[in-house]
Amino acid sequence: MIALLLATLRTATPLLFAGLGGMFSERGGVVNIALEGILLVGAFAAAAATVLTGSALIGLAAALIAGVMLAALHALVTIWIGVDQIVSGVALNLLAMGLTEFLMWVFFGSGSNSPRLETGSMGGVLGRLFVELPPLTLLALALVPLSALLLFRTRFGLRLRSVGEHPEAAASLGIRVKRTRLYGVLLSGALAGLGGAFLSLNAHYFVKNMSAGRGFIALAALIFGKWKPWGVLAATLLFGFAEALQGHLHAPWLPIRFVQMLPYLLTMIALVGVIGRSRAPAALGKRT
Amino acid sequence: MSPRKILSAFWQALWPPLSALALTFALGSAIIAAIGENPLSVFALIFREGLTSADGFARVLNDATPLVFTGLSVAYAFRAGYFNIGGEGQLYMGAFAAMLVATALPGLPRVLALPLALLAAALGGAVWGAVPGYLRARFGVHEVINTIMMNFLAVGITGYLVVHHMKERGQMIPHTPLIPEAYRLEGFGRSGWGQAIGLDSANPLGPSLVLALLAVAAVWFLFRRTVEGYRLRTLGLSPAAARYAGMSTRALTVRAMAVSGALAGLVGVHEVLLYRHRFLDNFSSGLGFLGIAVALMGRNHPLGVLLAALLFGFLNTGALEIDIFTEVPRELVMVMQAMVILFVVAASELASRRAKRRRKEEAA
Repeated sequence: MIALLLATLRTATPLLFAGLGGMFSERGGVVNIALEGILLVGAFAAAAATVLTGSALIGLAAALIAGVMLAALHALVTIWIGVDQIVSGVALNLLAMGLTEFLMWVFFGSGSNSPRLETGSMGGVLGRLFVELPPLTLLALALVPLSALLLFRTRFGLRLRSVGEHPEAAASLGIRVKRTRLYGVLLSGALAGLGGAFLSLNAHYFVKNMSAGRGFIALAALIFGKWKPWGVLAATLLFGFAEALQGHLHAPWLPIRFVQMLPYLLTMIALVGVIGRSRAPAALGKRT
Repeated sequence: MSPRKILSAFWQALWPPLSALALTFALGSAIIAAIGENPLSVFALIFREGLTSADGFARVLNDATPLVFTGLSVAYAFRAGYFNIGGEGQLYMGAFAAMLVATALPGLPRVLALPLALLAAALGGAVWGAVPGYLRARFGVHEVINTIMMNFLAVGITGYLVVHHMKERGQMIPHTPLIPEAYRLEGFGRSGWGQAIGLDSANPLGPSLVLALLAVAAVWFLFRRTVEGYRLRTLGLSPAAARYAGMSTRALTVRAMAVSGALAGLVGVHEVLLYRHRFLDNFSSGLGFLGIAVALMGRNHPLGVLLAALLFGFLNTGALEIDIFTEVPRELVMVMQAMVILFVVAASELASRRAKRRRKEEAA
């Protein structure tokens, strides 16, 4: 039972990072379907930096920076040039896929996976605990109340929500709409980048295209969780639980393909309004 | 229109994709140079096969064929103001439906079998496109989210059925048995005239190319010369205007997404009836997503889509060459395709802003 719970938390970790990240971007009015690409780039950067320096901490920092860089590109193209946010996201996902596969040859000399990542391990009880419940999982969980605080209890959070709901009104109050949106998007890059780092560091390898749709599941969790931190947590835990259950039970009556489809199906149902209608920020996706 | 105006309109339509291409090749050159190869010779290599031999050019056309379908699919919905990024799921459903018909009705004569399988491919894609269209029209749910979700559903459902119920006996590869002879299209390389112009007998190019060209012509005709096309463009330019003009925008939305899905579904004809003669789990490496790039590059015009698909066909075919003959990994091509999309949309956006500003100045 406890093993299943821990597996759920681990499976949910990258989804939670990316989902919370997406929340900051979308609350500010910018759709970020580049989450998928940011996860991938984060996973790669973490692996590459860990291989080069031998330090997983530096790998983590590299993932964060790489995520922020891709997000900055998204912000530049959508907020300043005014390109459609979905189009930019699609292009950035393609860019992330091409770039990571390309750089795999440059850094690892292989088109399929990185060498094993030594993330360092502590001995004893604490070391074993960290294998079951990695520090990044704890960080992701801690980020849920922190995100709620930031979004609902700070001046920045209020401004972010206002530019996502009614940018004209926000602008008339002297809020810098573009800059505020930029911060939201950059935050999504930082968080999703960390989520990517979890993917490769936890697996001890970077594998080609290892985000494998998790960015889109995070997007689904964001919608299913109604753009709220605790909602995102609940949704990612549900999706994580379904996947962990599959691995735990080895149940032939529960085909893995159906479990993998669950988040997408639930999200479609939630959007239509069967399970309490999910409402997006009013100015989401609108061009500035 | 005066010749000068026509020329200027051409220039308006062409400079964003052309400048995007120039910038992409410039950045691509920088990357190649950084690896220590000569950019010019690498690019020459990319285009060499396709430009110097009939067989090579046929391979380029073959690579371009599915992209014509998915590109047209995106462009079709785009004209009506909708963003169909579900091409990936729709083409899986199209391919699966074509395979299903072939498996269920093995005894049909060829004259019935081929049209029926083609129809099934279109229908499979149409259903998968119509659902997000309906959810948009009836419940106002954004089609982008639902088309993304339904991509995963399509891969999941077809994969489950193939792996667990329809796999060829005694095979590790998750694919179905070969479809009956009556349903198979043969490559041009197998024909006398194909060999006469120098195609290898294994060359995959076949009749699906003709279907793709017909689709280009049909979409062009529909946009320009029919009432439906007029309605679609009205809806795309201003949904409010379409409603006030008395159009049934809900039905129009569902139809637009269904036809868009059907176009993507026709990839099934290329994939199942011609290329593999069976359904392979997870066969599409992002053809639907590349269709978005093709549509953007072709500025959502049927002829533009054709040209953009051709360009992407060259790049994809050339990718194999640089993999074999240079130190540059073939993924360079994917990076360049992504750059092209980003640059082309940015340039188009800047161009339309400039045009708007100029119109305002002229009005003032």
